[in-house]
Amino acid sequence: MGKTFTEKILSLKAGRDVKAGDIVTVSPDYILSHDNSAAIIQEFKKLGLAKMRWPQKVVIVLDHVVPASSEKYALNHKIIRQFVAAQKIKNFFDISRGICHQVFFEEGFALPGKLILGADSHTTLAGALGAFAAGIGRSEVAALWATDEIWLKVPPTIKIEIEGKIPDGVYAKDIILHIIGQEGADRANYRSVEFWGKTAKEMSLSSRLVLANMAAEMGAKNAFFAPDNKTEQWLSGRARSDFQPIIPDPEADYEDILRYDISQLDPQVACPHRVDNVCPISEVEGLKFDQAVIGTCTNGRAEDLEVAAKLLKGKNIHPGVRVIIIPASCLVYLQALQAGWLEDLSKAGCLILNPGCGPCLGAHEGVLAPGEVALSTANRNFRGRMGSREAEIYLASPATVAASSLEGKITDPRKYL
Amino acid sequence: MKKGRVWRYGDSVNTDVIFPGKYTYSIQEPKEMAAHALEDLDPQFSKKVRPGDVIVAGSNFGCGSSREQAATCLKYAGLQAVIAKSFARIFFRNAINQGLPVIQSPQAVENIANGEEIAIDFTRGKIKTKTKSFNFEPLPDYILKILEAGGLIAYVKKKLKNTNRSRTK
Repeated sequence: MGKTFTEKILSLKAGRDVKAGDIVTVSPDYILSHDNSAAIIQEFKKLGLAKMRWPQKVVIVLDHVVPASSEKYALNHKIIRQFVAAQKIKNFFDISRGICHQVFFEEGFALPGKLILGADSHTTLAGALGAFAAGIGRSEVAALWATDEIWLKVPPTIKIEIEGKIPDGVYAKDIILHIIGQEGADRANYRSVEFWGKTAKEMSLSSRLVLANMAAEMGAKNAFFAPDNKTEQWLSGRARSDFQPIIPDPEADYEDILRYDISQLDPQVACPHRVDNVCPISEVEGLKFDQAVIGTCTNGRAEDLEVAAKLLKGKNIHPGVRVIIIPASCLVYLQALQAGWLEDLSKAGCLILNPGCGPCLGAHEGVLAPGEVALSTANRNFRGRMGSREAEIYLASPATVAASSLEGKITDPRKYL
Repeated sequence: MKKGRVWRYGDSVNTDVIFPGKYTYSIQEPKEMAAHALEDLDPQFSKKVRPGDVIVAGSNFGCGSSREQAATCLKYAGLQAVIAKSFARIFFRNAINQGLPVIQSPQAVENIANGEEIAIDFTRGKIKTKTKSFNFEPLPDYILKILEAGGLIAYVKKKLKNTNRSRTK
């Protein structure tokens, strides 16, 4: 039997032949963390080491609460900046750069065949370029800074084949919400997911990032897309180091193969309070909400803002709703500015915020009051996630959120295409 | 074997209800984290939990964010273990790294009631109630070692010390 992507890369990194179920000790190529670096520093200091093993492997991006919204957050950021200077960490990106996963991607760290570990569950996003990228905890990152070693269990792999022409008004977000809704939030727990099929291949890199990002919401350890000429083109002049793509064997031993034909798919919505509580838009059409969010590491890229801007251009958002736009990075912000999308969105009545995680995790910039309802392009709708535990969060594509913002209630975006 | 009372919860208890995101960068003291444990699922938990108590929950416990405080707050709330049908993978790692034992036993979950008193033998893999007993596969050695050290940081610290000692010999 052949090997899956994950078996292949972990065999290579472990220096021996391994298969699903084996335990390996490996050394990552890059280690990502964000505002939680302050807590990691606290753990690292307990180890009594003056210097980290490989500061050149460490990538730190401030994104969760930027700029600092309180003295405590400000102090966190200060501790991180001081540590970065003391440890001579070159790959540090301060508050103006963007969301860590997007910055990691834009700065050319997300590379085919690299082993990436990050102190954030959505680290899986980098798998869209053919990396092995998994989320880990803070103590593990502190231990990695010190020892450059971690144990990983080689997970079995689920192959997901996506076929069919994507219908108008349907986007990557709808596809992954549909899959999560069908399969359940723990379907890929302790597992890897490989995305294949003609539709996956035809997707833009941005759309692949949406799927890889949200694979975490199926519990996946990592996600994988086969690198191709789109990947290569993106990385040309951007890659941070030499890389060697790793492609699974054609006869790889998959635990399961799932096939999705999305040619008849409707826009999808994830309802409170679970990401796998998904329905076609017709079932929730007309539901009123208070706040819309277009942004986050899931859907805050240029192609997302473009869809929203084109839909809202020359119109006004419903007076009963607040609409928050958060570009995922400063590069996305600039592109949206130059293309005139920010102007269109602003004129329509949207509030444009600085790049960052924004209100996605309920820390600042638009938290919800008790009884409020949000419609968001983010990846999670858990109770209390965006503020009050009495608030509700619905998740959808940027097109659905934009169309709904015009009517103040959940609206099928196909009406406005 | 330390005895403890059972706190029963359902499937997919996620990290946002275990430890809300709004606190993740503002609270750093484990004891203060414990005061907010399970706040958005069961506001009574942190007030009434006693040392040695055990959470018994359904599948995919700890799904969602990678935030380690979800494990830290439960550990410092005094829990001796979490028993579930299954765990989300990052939570599973975080719990061990915080020195909080995690036990996968669908059979125990099906048969243990809220408030029941139980005891756990980690090395033999046994969960006992007054009338019933359930077996589980004991955690592998390398995980037990991390738990015995009190978590990953303590474990790595010990290991680094030993390497330095053998280097200077």
